[in-house]
Amino acid sequence: MKGIITWALVVSALSLPTLAQAALPAETQVYSAGFIDAAGPVAAAQFEHFQTIISLMLIVVVPIFILVPWVLWRYRRGGRGAYRPDWDFNWGNEAVLWGVPIVLIIILSSALWAHTHKYDPYRPLGNDPLDIEVVSLDWKFLFIYPQQGIATLDYLALEQDRPIRLKLTSGTVMQSFMIPQLAGQIYTMAGMTTQLNLLADQEGEYLGRNTQYNGDGFATQSFRTAVMPKSQFDNWVIHTQKNTQTLDLATYEALLKPSIEHVPRYYGTVDAGLFNRVLARFTAGHAHADSTPAEVSQIREHHHPQNNPKGAEQ
Amino acid sequence: MSWETIFGQLGWDSLVFTGAIKHPSASEFVAFGAGSIVVLGAVAVVVLLTVMRWWGPLWRDWLTSVDHKKIGIMYIVIALVMFLRALIEAGVMRSQQLAAYDSAGYLSADHFGQLFTTHGTIMIFFVAMPFITGLMNYVMPLQIGARDVSFPLLNAISLMLTAAGAGLIMVSLVVGEFSTGGWSGYPPFTGIEFSPGEGVDYWIWSVTLASIGSTLTGLNFAVTLYKKRCPGMDMFRMPLFCWTTLCTSILMIFAMAPLTVATIMLALDRYAGFHFFTNGDGGNMMNFANLFWLFGHPEVYILLLPALGVWSEVVSTFVGKRIYGYTSLVYATMCIAVLSFGVWLHHFFTMGQSANVNAIFGIATMIIGIPTGVKVYDWILTMFRGRIRITTPMLFHINFLLTFVLGGMTGILLANPTVDFQVHNSLFLIAHFHNMIIPGVLFGMFAAVQYWFPKAFGFRLHEGWGKAAFWSLAPGFLLAFFPLYWLGMNGAPRRTVMWADPAFYPWLALAMLGAVLLLVGTVFLLVQIGVSIRQRRQLAVPLGDPWDGRSLEWSIPSPPPAWNFAVVPQVDGRDAFTEAKKNGQAYRSPAAYSDIEMPCNSMVAPLIGIFTFTLSFALVWHIWWLVVVSFIVVWGVVIARSFVAQTNEIIPASRIEAEHEAFLAAARATPGVTRDLEMSPQNRGKAAPDRLGQPGQKRPDDVLESAI
Ligand code: HEM
Ligand SMILES: [Cu+2]
Repeated sequence: MKGIITWALVVSALSLPTLAQAALPAETQVYSAGFIDAAGPVAAAQFEHFQTIISLMLIVVVPIFILVPWVLWRYRRGGRGAYRPDWDFNWGNEAVLWGVPIVLIIILSSALWAHTHKYDPYRPLGNDPLDIEVVSLDWKFLFIYPQQGIATLDYLALEQDRPIRLKLTSGTVMQSFMIPQLAGQIYTMAGMTTQLNLLADQEGEYLGRNTQYNGDGFATQSFRTAVMPKSQFDNWVIHTQKNTQTLDLATYEALLKPSIEHVPRYYGTVDAGLFNRVLARFTAGHAHADSTPAEVSQIREHHHPQNNPKGAEQ
Repeated sequence: MSWETIFGQLGWDSLVFTGAIKHPSASEFVAFGAGSIVVLGAVAVVVLLTVMRWWGPLWRDWLTSVDHKKIGIMYIVIALVMFLRALIEAGVMRSQQLAAYDSAGYLSADHFGQLFTTHGTIMIFFVAMPFITGLMNYVMPLQIGARDVSFPLLNAISLMLTAAGAGLIMVSLVVGEFSTGGWSGYPPFTGIEFSPGEGVDYWIWSVTLASIGSTLTGLNFAVTLYKKRCPGMDMFRMPLFCWTTLCTSILMIFAMAPLTVATIMLALDRYAGFHFFTNGDGGNMMNFANLFWLFGHPEVYILLLPALGVWSEVVSTFVGKRIYGYTSLVYATMCIAVLSFGVWLHHFFTMGQSANVNAIFGIATMIIGIPTGVKVYDWILTMFRGRIRITTPMLFHINFLLTFVLGGMTGILLANPTVDFQVHNSLFLIAHFHNMIIPGVLFGMFAAVQYWFPKAFGFRLHEGWGKAAFWSLAPGFLLAFFPLYWLGMNGAPRRTVMWADPAFYPWLALAMLGAVLLLVGTVFLLVQIGVSIRQRRQLAVPLGDPWDGRSLEWSIPSPPPAWNFAVVPQVDGRDAFTEAKKNGQAYRSPAAYSDIEMPCNSMVAPLIGIFTFTLSFALVWHIWWLVVVSFIVVWGVVIARSFVAQTNEIIPASRIEAEHEAFLAAARATPGVTRDLEMSPQNRGKAAPDRLGQPGQKRPDDVLESAI
């Protein structure tokens, strides 16, 4: 025990010099940042809501920080306050004690209701969204751009100011997809789809990652999200389309093998319906990798009606 | 016979020591060290017991005992031992994260995964649960004037199931690996396809044993509270700790079942090729998440409520005043207990259900904040117009009030799906629940130990070391966890073995410092116990009432006799002992004594403990013959017990009379001490009426205050 403490102290002491070194800027790295540094309206609203709640909660928190020291001082042994050992009830107090929190929670609840609906991840954020299909793998993310016919691994290019509609699933265990500066997270689960709508209004690079532990490569399972203006995005698409690599079922099979990826990959062509085939792999007995997408979504809706609460848009 | 038939999947490579020899690395050496500590610790205990010839007393006086007081103490011993392990693991995780800035640190990712899983699993199931269960065991029957719980043997069996689970988790340090699936063990990651080793099985069976033990405890305590209250003790005259025990017991009855079901279903997936939670083949992991949190959320209140009961007892005793708003506190507790079953979905707002569902569960969660807030203000109002003595338990209480509201505030934040989408799975969440559990539950249990230790052992704990521990633990908690709120808001996920953002560094360094202070504070608590044992003569309070206590447990000697009460007490109000002292009824001889029937010791419980341990160990390693043998023995013991005719023994009235009259005579002969001398050697456990608050002591502001 003593050894551990000494050793821990040494470690903390050693940490100080490293600190200075650590503070040096590293140019190429994208660092994690939270909704405090929001780069889109959804994350900004989430942070705003965060602040609203804190300010409302201060109504009950602040009095405690005033009352406790005051009571302690005044009613300490030898203090000046009167001693009433049998005093234990008062209706007036009771009304305030229950009343104030009830009113506060009613206010907070209405804010919660409004916000939960307004920033529901499934809610479209405008017309003409850019559709992207996301497949979480061990320990990387695959992004398919069905309209553009391209795909990437661990690199997400987004068009600035255009609503983005992500449809997500997992090729492996459950994961949670998140780009904190743009929007909150949503789980990805095999054989099911979830959705996330987001919008980026600031050009830049942001870190996205998986937040649900999924094994050895979890800590570094992140990707660069590049938000660029339309012209630049279009160029990027054309550039990527020229890429000779194809994302087909065979490539996907290879990606299924757990691996830690350090460099993004780009695929100039994608097998149509790949996302649905990924989903279909988990549909019992019926569909297999070679079913048509139409069959697949039919089967899935039949078997997992609850998995796709907003299934209507399919 | 082949090796596999005899040893299942167990092999030489399963031993942790082989790993360090075959693939030497820092991570393996840490595992080697941990395994060695377990082995050496076990050897040391065996040697000590043998040299001191303690095997006999250990077996006769403790392991086979069905006395609720001894069972309570054994639960707390388990909790403390397991706490040391899980705390060291927390320190190792903290230092790994400090070492792992933009590098791999010294632990492998897999080892780190095992650490957060064992830390979380142990802290919840083998620290917090045994701690509260031990405390409820010790205190509740004394507070309701009972001689034992309703089912003393069942109580011992619950203890032994918990001990077997704890043993299994300890063995996993030496033989094999533990799960990396976190304390919540979500499939499909924990399914056989993605976690093929023995790790998840260790998790499944240790948790299952603990969970069955807790179910039985819940049943036992609820029945005890309904049936065993002494004459005159209406429900609304029970001390608040008993109310919280009742609510916790009800929660245990209903909440542990979904957990047992979930772990058994996961076991069926893993062992028998079922597809409850697998990817595909009709499996659906969302069902596991629902079952787990159907247990998991009530669980946090199972832990919290007894601690809230402790706070109520501590505050009214050390303020020397009736608790403010008793009825309010009872209803608030009940509200919390009932509501806690309706909020589980807030643990997965991010699973893709509709906004309506999320909003409803979010609002339900926030509603729990109302009764909780009321309780905090009730405690403040209890201090109001009291005479506050700043003892160690009170320090913990004040710290609790101030930090708990901050944790409550972050809880309300997390209840908002909009915010949760951002901070779910982040260090913000880690900070939030440690913020509730450490100052609320853990420190609540530490305060309870300070408060009831003199009752259990007949001497007080050294006050100076207690305060030293507090002043290390309280800032330690703040340093260890408040930085994590900030990191979580800046996008730091939980469960990461390494990270790359230089801005995180100072915060992680502070958190490390906090963890060190928490370790130091824990060492101080151990020193406190050692010092107190050495000074037990000066600290002795054999007359049983060191704090001018208010409820029945303080009316009997310390330590109490096996039968608790020589004569079953009769009460006619709340704060029964305070009233008795006021009316001069305390320490009076009863009219008559009669024989007492007490349950005999039994070896049933330790046998069940041993063989459920071998059963689960055999299941982990697929040693099928041992599974069968253990299963048969466990049920054989149960059946054999039903043939034992003599389960109770009679304690003659003469013996009870002799002991009790000696105690009463000593109590009457000893002058009581006022609260000014509470911490002095003059305090022998008899309280004198406090001069403060006597009539004629009015001060000018009294007049003013009585007008409020
Ligand atoms: C007393 C000092 C403690 C320290 C320094 C500490 C530290 C930690 C750390 C570093 C983690 C991992 C955070 C991460 O995922 O990155 C953790 C997780 C956790 N801790 Fe503690 N902890 C302490 C006490 C407790 C107590 C008293 C409990 C409960 C009774 C507890 C329950 C948990 C749980 C459930 C987890 C989550 C494990 C998981 O991810 O599955 N901890 N703690
Ligand atoms: Cu919960």
